[in-house]
Amino acid sequence: MSELLSYGFMRNALMASVLVSLACGIIGTLVVLKRMVFITGGVAHTAYGGVGLAFFLGVNPVFGALVFSLIASFIMGAIQRKTRQRPDTLIGVMWAMGMAIGIIFADLTPGYKADLMSYLFGSILAVTNIDLWLMFGVNILVVALIITFYKEFQAAAFDETFARVRNLPVDLLYLILITMIGLVVVMLMRMVGLIMIIALLTVPAAIGSLFLNNMKQIMLLAIGLSLILTTGGLILSYFLNLTSGPTIILLSGIAYLTALLIHHFLHHSHS
Amino acid sequence: MTMPLSKTKPELQVEIKGLFAGYNGEAVIHNIDLDINRRDFIGLIGPNGGGKTTLLKTILGLLEPQQGNIHVMEKSPKIGRRYIGYVPQFSVFDSDFPITVKDVVRMGRLNNQRLFHPFNQEDDQIVDEKLAWVDLLDQKNRALRVLSGGQRQRVYIARALAAEPAILLLDEPTISVDFDSRRKIYELLHEINQQGVTILLVSHDLNVISSYVKTIGCLNRELYYHGEKEITPEMLKVGYKNCPVDLIAHGLPHRVLAEHEQDH
Repeated sequence: MSELLSYGFMRNALMASVLVSLACGIIGTLVVLKRMVFITGGVAHTAYGGVGLAFFLGVNPVFGALVFSLIASFIMGAIQRKTRQRPDTLIGVMWAMGMAIGIIFADLTPGYKADLMSYLFGSILAVTNIDLWLMFGVNILVVALIITFYKEFQAAAFDETFARVRNLPVDLLYLILITMIGLVVVMLMRMVGLIMIIALLTVPAAIGSLFLNNMKQIMLLAIGLSLILTTGGLILSYFLNLTSGPTIILLSGIAYLTALLIHHFLHHSHS
Repeated sequence: MTMPLSKTKPELQVEIKGLFAGYNGEAVIHNIDLDINRRDFIGLIGPNGGGKTTLLKTILGLLEPQQGNIHVMEKSPKIGRRYIGYVPQFSVFDSDFPITVKDVVRMGRLNNQRLFHPFNQEDDQIVDEKLAWVDLLDQKNRALRVLSGGQRQRVYIARALAAEPAILLLDEPTISVDFDSRRKIYELLHEINQQGVTILLVSHDLNVISSYVKTIGCLNRELYYHGEKEITPEMLKVGYKNCPVDLIAHGLPHRVLAEHEQDH
């Protein structure tokens, strides 16, 4: 273990795990409770378009991902709220187009492209100081917003119509949430890769909401679980010599399935 | 357990004139006139798709009128709705949402002036009071998702009451609720009305509704409401144009259905 920590990249990676867990647990809980998992997947995949474009323009792909992720959040959020049709087709098309744009720009860029894979599948061991600062900033923002508007977020997640009748700013709250989703997606990109973000964002909160009935407690448990899953996956990947992102995601998936089983048996022994 | 309603509040609480409202440019409700006065207890019956929810949404300022106007407590709905306690239709809820009864009822205490102020002792007191009223104080810390349909409906009523409203609007309050719970809910509403809260409820549940409400009307695109105390055959004729009245009236308690002759 001490050998593990002696590597600078490993220290960065573990620090990143701690940082992402905080925002991941909070936003993940809102995503799960508001049933926005699909939209979050859409945002994450569309962000790859920004990675490709930034690569093509020769700027830091994180900035490209950030721009695409935020634009995708706003558009998909508007689609989900404004159209009376089922929004999933439109979001699905944007999802695929984002990926396509990313790959085509990568094709247009001459030279070595292996680095682009790390944005899809994660490369936590390559976490840079810029990444850490971004994570730190997103965390401060997420924690500050949830502390300030906790009761309003809870009310809007449970029953938006009632919240609106009470004159709460539900549209503003939604805009804040969707912006935070965009930011968290970019934050998690390095950790597990764009393709697998949905799992890391939703599994801890989904487990929490199986067993707990208080949003605050679910958020706290989700923070703890994502800390365990990310650091656990990281350490496991180191010793088993595997890619870290997929290891974290597989561990998360196993944890969720186990939780579902436990919940199932608990539920059935009750009734 | 009294509702703090100042004496300066108007007698005419909801005023609707020539209202058309609906979706995508198509009117679901046509030319509605309705005055709701303080302490009224109005039940509106009508078939599904007859515009019951549309009318409530317009009163709540969730839907803009296409024509005509609405005033709630002499203000536009978006401002006046702060005096309204709203109990939405059961089906709109995520039945597995992880939340406690207390947290749901406390939502009734929220409003835009409370944005940066945490809940306080007074809020908790009011929550307890309303929960006691709906006979669920002992369930306060339980999960909403483990309660029965009737219990949940009473939680939503407590939440609406926590706003200390002048008017209570209920959308199908007894849908998917067993018979005993249904009676309990209507008795509760009767008591709430006795305490000075105006009530407007919409339902397709003809059976129980008329034994508890003060006046009854029928909404099927157009409104048939003249302050009747009982369901009349005319009302059913207007309300359920396409169904034979006998079929609907069948099974109604006798005293509910006024005799045709008595109306003349």
